[in-house]
Amino acid sequence: MKPATLWRIGLVVALMLLLEGLCLTGFIDKLTMQPPHVMVADIVHMLVSGSLNAAIAKTLGNSAIAFGLAMIIGVAGAIGIHRFKAVRETLDPLFATYYAIPIFAFYPLLIILFGLGDAPEIFIGTMLGVVGVIVSTMNGLDRVPRVLLKTAQISGFGTLETAWRITLPYAAPYILSGAKLAVAYSLIGIIGAEFIMSSSGMGYEISFAYNNFDNATMYPLIILVLVVAGTLNAGLARWEKVLMIRRGLA
Amino acid sequence: MNSSSFRSLRNGAALILIILACWQGLYWMVGDVALRSPLQTVLFTAKLLASDSFWPHVAETATAFAVALVLSVVIGLAIGFALGINRFANEVFEPMLVTAYSIPKITLYPILLLMFGLGISAKIAFGTIHGVIPVALFTISAVRNIRPVLVKSGRVIGLGPFDMVTRVLLPAAMPEIFAGLRIGFSLTLIGTLLGEMFASQRGIGFLLMNAIGLHNIDVIMALTFLLTLFAGAASTFLLYLNRRLQSPT
Amino acid sequence: MNMAITNVAQVSLRGVDKVFTRPGKAAEPIHALGPIDLELRRGEFFAVVGPSGCGKSTLLELIAGLSTASRGEVAFEGRPIAGKIPEGVGVVFQEDASFPWLSVVDNIAFGLRRMNLAKGEREARIERALAMMGLGPFARSFPAQLSGGMRQRVCIARTLVTEPRLILLDEPFAALDQQTRLLMGDEVLNLWRKTGATIFLITHALDEATMLADRIGVMSARPGRLIDIVETGWPKDRDSRIVQEERFGAITARLWGFLREESIKAIGKPGAGGAGGKP
Repeated sequence: MKPATLWRIGLVVALMLLLEGLCLTGFIDKLTMQPPHVMVADIVHMLVSGSLNAAIAKTLGNSAIAFGLAMIIGVAGAIGIHRFKAVRETLDPLFATYYAIPIFAFYPLLIILFGLGDAPEIFIGTMLGVVGVIVSTMNGLDRVPRVLLKTAQISGFGTLETAWRITLPYAAPYILSGAKLAVAYSLIGIIGAEFIMSSSGMGYEISFAYNNFDNATMYPLIILVLVVAGTLNAGLARWEKVLMIRRGLA
Repeated sequence: MNSSSFRSLRNGAALILIILACWQGLYWMVGDVALRSPLQTVLFTAKLLASDSFWPHVAETATAFAVALVLSVVIGLAIGFALGINRFANEVFEPMLVTAYSIPKITLYPILLLMFGLGISAKIAFGTIHGVIPVALFTISAVRNIRPVLVKSGRVIGLGPFDMVTRVLLPAAMPEIFAGLRIGFSLTLIGTLLGEMFASQRGIGFLLMNAIGLHNIDVIMALTFLLTLFAGAASTFLLYLNRRLQSPT
Repeated sequence: MNMAITNVAQVSLRGVDKVFTRPGKAAEPIHALGPIDLELRRGEFFAVVGPSGCGKSTLLELIAGLSTASRGEVAFEGRPIAGKIPEGVGVVFQEDASFPWLSVVDNIAFGLRRMNLAKGEREARIERALAMMGLGPFARSFPAQLSGGMRQRVCIARTLVTEPRLILLDEPFAALDQQTRLLMGDEVLNLWRKTGATIFLITHALDEATMLADRIGVMSARPGRLIDIVETGWPKDRDSRIVQEERFGAITARLWGFLREESIKAIGKPGAGGAGGKP
């Protein structure tokens, strides 16, 4: 194992031990945080007892849907916008300032439009993720060398075949970069929406646990979200790295 | 006015018109139960700005945001330069930073509340954790992308370490650092607002959350409009600065 | 100022070796260069040619003080360099090293950073450098607005402004088209005559070396050693029309005679090809 990795693991372990020490000695009081080993026990308990499985399934399921929609609409949108320079130029400032807009403020509007089901939060999750995918994908499409497109033309490829065989594979690492953003943003959208105004799902359960000083439920849920997000992101990053290495770009 | 800035202005105007048109159209479809028209929103915003009770909230948000922004930038730049210059430290810490960037920080909010209590410090902390990571990541990339020939030239000219950093490394990396600052600005703002939405009795985020609870569409629309306007204007201005940095003509 | 070429060694390399160790995996270290023994005479124009990857740039960096020899000694004007960049040496690199955030005149002024000159002297030197490189009308422009050749001139001007006694040029015209190269060659000769500095030029273009230099060092494939030094014997007031001389063809042929074999050896080695192929 590389020395850097060993150091990293060492630092994380040291941090855990420090937290453990601070909690056990009472420096960090029980109301704020329980010691790490207790947290681990709580996580196991929560997963085994299955009491929160419905909430977990709902949140992760909706995030997956939002992620899928963000990817499909994002990639398709990027391909469409990329073709028409005027459209792209007009929308560019919107994309550049998009993430400054507090999208959550639209949540109540969405509830009124779609009712209290899963649709509003999926909409928000998708809305948050889609622009990241569009921008990343367009970045990738920009970089497809013209000489490859000319080769496709000479070989007699139609538009669809060119897209499938040349453009998308070439832009794949950049699309993956957008996918990483979409994972993060779909989770943020769903959980944030559940914080604001929901009666179910992990966001709601975390909020409820917080208000009731129920650290034994709150921390495991938070850690679970972080682990899911982190793992998905790491997986996508690894895939992206493999593609980039093959291209000699990493 | 040359042709390219005329085009940008024309495109910007077109975008604004399209957005206004969609807004108005949506209003006609949905009605007063969930929306207000652009005109109604602008009028209500004016009323809001004129009222005395609004400005203390603005002050609260502005203070929290300003402090969070300064912290994000200073800490982010420091981390960015340290990891950008030292290869090994970068190898150790960058994956952790990247993971931190990808996790939904909103889930950490209850923990921050427990740590900092219900005051302005929680908001500042929330804003800072949102902004510091992109600033750091972009700065790392910027420093590592500095063309080696520029550093070599600095050495040949005989620059000492302080001059090397301030007169070569910083200007050379500035365009990319600035891109990180832009994103850090937006994310710090969002983080601060989110912080206010959940456990505060003051600030624009609180007003928004309050309005959502009371189903006060006028206030929701007006506040969203104001925030979008501010964030959009600031972001566009920073974008303009970024472009000037890249081609100083 | 027209200094004759005196036989005083301005730069000397004795038994110089350069070995690069690769970090991380226990890979074999790369013996890039050496052993090299070389003396540069004050005021001469010395060119180095060699196959890709032979260590030409490494040699230049050793003389500039940008890199330290693994073995042996490099001395400038009698003093060993030992990892510090000696004062009085200027370097022009192959890539564009102009600072994109500074205007042309500010770029040139930047060269004087290390030196504590009186304001009048500073301005005089900057004016002279601008004039020598024909950059007067572009003083307030930024590098992004200039062509590749102009940007190289900015870099050369930035070097000239320190009035160096030794100027190192690492394939400075490699990125330019052939015609611009030939013109720049004439300009370098002009500069050489006007400043009286010693010039050390690395190039992979044999005709350029033959046209410009008093002496040409031929390097072998990696690890680079000097396998021959060819004296051209040209008059000091030469320019690019020297290609018409009979001896020109003979010298170039002789250089190629050595180089052809070394180049074939170099292509066989992994990592010797690719863009520039320099280690």
